[in-house]
Amino acid sequence: MGERLYLHRHSIVHETASYLKVVAAIAFILVAVSTPISNWQAFIGYFIWVLIVAAIAKIPFTLLFKRALIEIPFIFFAILMPFFGSGERFVAGPFNLYREGLIAGAGIVVKGTLGVLTAIILSTSTTAREILRGLERLRLPALMVQIASFMLRYVNVVNDEMERMKVARDSRGFEATGLKHWRVLATAAGALFIRSYERGERVHLSMLSRGYEGVLPHDEVEKSKASDWLMVLIYPLVALVILLITTLIGN
Amino acid sequence: MHIPDGFIDVPTSAAFVGLSAIGVGAALKGARTQLDDKTAPLAGLTAVFIFAVQMLNFPVVAGTSGHLIGAALAAVLVGPWAATLALTVVLLMQAFLFADGGLTALGLSVFNMSIISVWVGYAVFLVIKKILPKNKSSVAVAASIAAAVSVPAAAFGFWIQYVIGATGTFSDSAVFTSMIGIHVLIGIGEAIITGLTVSAVLASRSDLVFGWKNNQKALEIKNV
Repeated sequence: MGERLYLHRHSIVHETASYLKVVAAIAFILVAVSTPISNWQAFIGYFIWVLIVAAIAKIPFTLLFKRALIEIPFIFFAILMPFFGSGERFVAGPFNLYREGLIAGAGIVVKGTLGVLTAIILSTSTTAREILRGLERLRLPALMVQIASFMLRYVNVVNDEMERMKVARDSRGFEATGLKHWRVLATAAGALFIRSYERGERVHLSMLSRGYEGVLPHDEVEKSKASDWLMVLIYPLVALVILLITTLIGN
Repeated sequence: MHIPDGFIDVPTSAAFVGLSAIGVGAALKGARTQLDDKTAPLAGLTAVFIFAVQMLNFPVVAGTSGHLIGAALAAVLVGPWAATLALTVVLLMQAFLFADGGLTALGLSVFNMSIISVWVGYAVFLVIKKILPKNKSSVAVAASIAAAVSVPAAAFGFWIQYVIGATGTFSDSAVFTSMIGIHVLIGIGEAIITGLTVSAVLASRSDLVFGWKNNQKALEIKNV
């Protein structure tokens, strides 16, 4: 799963320590979501900056936008906002819209998109395993890290298992068209659970036989230098500068 | 159900990161006492299962389809502690790898789906199971009702967050009626699939189903 999302390139973004990238991504999103939408110039700056960083990371824009399609469901929610609301109304073409709803809806789309693009740059420039190591360094409990690494390790195996069940159903002429087929699909889900659980038990036993006692072996981690921090924090800092400049100009 | 960045304001999001951290911390403790060193592989594989099963499409009518959310299902199958951990990991991975759900909204989503949904679902399951006769079909029925309640429960969690820190302009009451309304409907689908899935597992490997184990001690609901 993680391997399919990761795009191998040589760039400064790829080479930065993953925990620093996670911190930078979250800090940038926090700056963006804290900016009032009335300060629209700032958001133009943010978008340009995100695209510059994506270019530095050598991520093709087509890939960036294709993966950003995941946000479509909540865009729908935001699009409804100008139509249902209260307060001042105005007419735009055939529509009678609420001004406040329009502004709030636009804010949600813009901020959500910035968050999505940032997360995509993170997961495209960092392997899933590295993100996990980053989260571990940021004090995600060790047990959570272990659970997540099991998930990463077995997600393709279990997905393939599900795919094989689908092939088996298809080859027997099964086609799910409506409610009456839910029993078959639910039985498949049940079988998938049993197979996953049994795999978990086997994995556990094989871990025990290799001396597992509840913790995974750990390699030493390198300490980051102040210059590493400075370099990666440029990501949120530029956003902060954009915010300050546009606020000053706005006043 | 995935909340994007900027939908709920920063102070509220931060507060729910704290609440979620407390809940997940308690689940880590609980899972360790219940599963010991089996926790990581079993919760991990449960997370994989939930992640995979969410991609299994159940056709509804004319080209539309829905999928399982799986909070109540996981709670009944592996117990609420491990279910909380598995769903949290699924949400974490979805946000960090697929950009599905905002990174700064993670605390909100974890609270709704891995804590409220799992625990409300599990509490309902225990209550219904107590009322019904002690047999396998009662467990499936109880799981089904638990699933029906767990979905609007998560929506209710979202509504609370919306009331506290909304950036949108829908009125609180409109969000309540539409969110709860839609999720009651989704809950019905979730109930049917959960009931059928649990009975499928009960039919072949009932020993795996946490909610069926005749061990009274394991079925106690503990205050977190």
